[in-house]
Amino acid sequence: MGIKFPGIKIPLVSLVLAVFFSNAAFAATDIELLRQEINNMRQNYEQRIQALEARLKVAEQNAVQTETKVTQVEQKVASVESPRGNSVNAFNPAISLVLDGRYANFENDGDYELPGFALGNEAGLGESGMSLGHTEIVASANIDDRFYGQVTAAIDEHDGETEVELEEAFLQTLGLGNGLTIKAGRFFSAIGYLNEQHEHAWDFADAPLIYRGLFGNHLRDDGVQISYVAPTDTFLEVGVEALRGSRFPAGGEQDNVGAWTGFANIGGDIGVEHSWLLGVSHWRADDIEGRTSGGHAHGHEGEEEEETPSFTGDSEISAFELVYKWAPNGNPSHRNLEFQFEYFDRDEDGTVTLLNSDPLEVTSYDGEQSGWYAQAVYQFMPQWRTGLRYDELDSDNTGSDFDLLGEAGLDDEGHTPKRYSAMVEWLPSEFSRIRLQFNRDESYEDSDNQLFLQYTHSLGSHGAHQF
Amino acid sequence: MLKQSIKLLVFGLLALGLSLQTARADLQVFACEPEWAALAKTLGGDHLTIYTATTHQQDPHHIQARPSLIAKARRADLLICTGAELEIGWLPLLLRKSGNSKIQVGAPGHFIATDQVTLVGKPAVLDRSVGDVHAAGNPHIHLDPDRVLQVARGLTDTLVRLDSANQTSYQNGLEAFTADWQGNISRWRQQAAALKNKPIAAHHDGWPYLNDWLGLNQVALLEPRPGIPPSSTHLSGVLASLKQTPVDLVVYASYDDPRAARWLAEKTGIPAIELDASPVANETLTQWFDRLIKQLLMNQS
Repeated sequence: MGIKFPGIKIPLVSLVLAVFFSNAAFAATDIELLRQEINNMRQNYEQRIQALEARLKVAEQNAVQTETKVTQVEQKVASVESPRGNSVNAFNPAISLVLDGRYANFENDGDYELPGFALGNEAGLGESGMSLGHTEIVASANIDDRFYGQVTAAIDEHDGETEVELEEAFLQTLGLGNGLTIKAGRFFSAIGYLNEQHEHAWDFADAPLIYRGLFGNHLRDDGVQISYVAPTDTFLEVGVEALRGSRFPAGGEQDNVGAWTGFANIGGDIGVEHSWLLGVSHWRADDIEGRTSGGHAHGHEGEEEEETPSFTGDSEISAFELVYKWAPNGNPSHRNLEFQFEYFDRDEDGTVTLLNSDPLEVTSYDGEQSGWYAQAVYQFMPQWRTGLRYDELDSDNTGSDFDLLGEAGLDDEGHTPKRYSAMVEWLPSEFSRIRLQFNRDESYEDSDNQLFLQYTHSLGSHGAHQF
Repeated sequence: MLKQSIKLLVFGLLALGLSLQTARADLQVFACEPEWAALAKTLGGDHLTIYTATTHQQDPHHIQARPSLIAKARRADLLICTGAELEIGWLPLLLRKSGNSKIQVGAPGHFIATDQVTLVGKPAVLDRSVGDVHAAGNPHIHLDPDRVLQVARGLTDTLVRLDSANQTSYQNGLEAFTADWQGNISRWRQQAAALKNKPIAAHHDGWPYLNDWLGLNQVALLEPRPGIPPSSTHLSGVLASLKQTPVDLVVYASYDDPRAARWLAEKTGIPAIELDASPVANETLTQWFDRLIKQLLMNQS
């Protein structure tokens, strides 16, 4: 902006002064104007910026809202696409099938026996050559918010006849709370450790000798089980079972409770890599009537009615179990080690009768049998496991007629049954397993070398495995 | 004798249990994986006592229903798990053995993260010949921060339902987390811009959500099929394909068997990096994501 000079000449000083003052006066008004102008502009811009900011905010909010809406719509679309539990099919129970087959080779071809133990029906080596094991069908589901149900049927062949056996059929409560669970129906008893597992979940192709000797591989019965898990940091579980008691190793018609089981388990972790479980359990049947078993049955084949030993009296079994597992960093998928030990002890009092003998032979019987096994299984790399097991039994049975006890298979014949087993497994996936097992079996006097090549595959829903 | 001692034991424990239950005010939380424990801690803070069932070094697919886990599930008021069959090998058994009605399926204390979000990778064919696939889709959703936020919202609703006395605290927790998390997401997006379209190979298909939001381009898997460890023939095939289509990185989770990835790294000179698929103990989700992105950026070729 230019500065205006006055046209009239006056003395220099006054001129200078005049110029100075007038200049100052002009300048003052100009700056004021300028300021106002800038202020106006600033206000103008500020208003505009504010308006823009407001619009931006609205736009941002809209964007966020749109985004949320999009996600909501996406979720809705997805829920339409894949109804979670909305289709009829989703209510079907989880079904899985277990295929089990084996090739077995035994050096001895005589009858199997466990001196000192009267063997139940299923107990034995199984068939040699190629055969099917248990083909199992398992169906399970939550019935409603209070109950879970499971049925396991095993199809197998006995003496050329196909049999369907109802292994398990039980209800279990979900909604009782406070750590209480009630199971009712037919189930594997909580005695011991392996007993609650399906045979296909075992680490060896055959049952430990003590399971074979006492239970005929497995103790299962019809009844009710009540268990309680304590609200403690360390796992602590106690329970009782009231059982019908008509099945081996109990027996007879029972109007009330024929057998009882009590069990207590305690377990936990040591650090992140080690976990353990300790358990004691006790089973008793006070009124066994006519429990039949295989016995020796020397040269009775071909006779119309075989002489069969039958026990009447009371029986008690006590068991102790120890399980320890290790996995580096607690991650068992590559490498892990499992060790388990179980000890069983049975005490029986009563009489043994040789059915169909003429005249009828009877002896008093006081039986004491015990046995244990220890096994270690090591998964040394993904898909590969190997394991060792040792079995040993002991018995001290007395009665009024030793010869008869001998015929019933209850004489230990001065022999301590033992068995050494080794196995290696290849697990192509979580659902398949191929196992090679070798046994040095000294169950009775003639030692036997046994070889098993077994496959166990499961189809269908993904099962959960017990500790 | 045995019966009597068992009776005594049962009554003693019942009394102990009752006294314990009255003594505690906090909500007992059983988190299947560390990420949900971290999220719950951020939202619930002091009102929660949290137990984490697995560590970042454990494959959540291969956990056993150990006695210690049953004991913890027994006491939980709230169970937070991933779902989508990730825990199918152990969680159903834990629930049945726990005798705890509060955390059963359908109960208010049964919170499943994958129920809150959409899943990718739903298999077109449900057949085990393609491996151990999850019918509902890929369960590893915690690697996507947007989905984590959705889970946080659902979890807050659940926390409020279970513990309405502390409603404001949980809602404030969610608000603070949301603001913080959204800021983090934009920061991570900026940081990770360099990772866009970067070709990678992974041991297990556990990273689709991470790949999606970071724009990583996963071109090869070391596992022939999900859950099946790579055989040497399969690995040679992968090696050959990597020579055709080279990648910048081979990633594997800290619970994966590292040998396959290391072998490939040795053969090709491509860096193989171990990523923690879950936060480590006491790590927040933010710290963990920071670490993941830093690890990915550090190993840029």
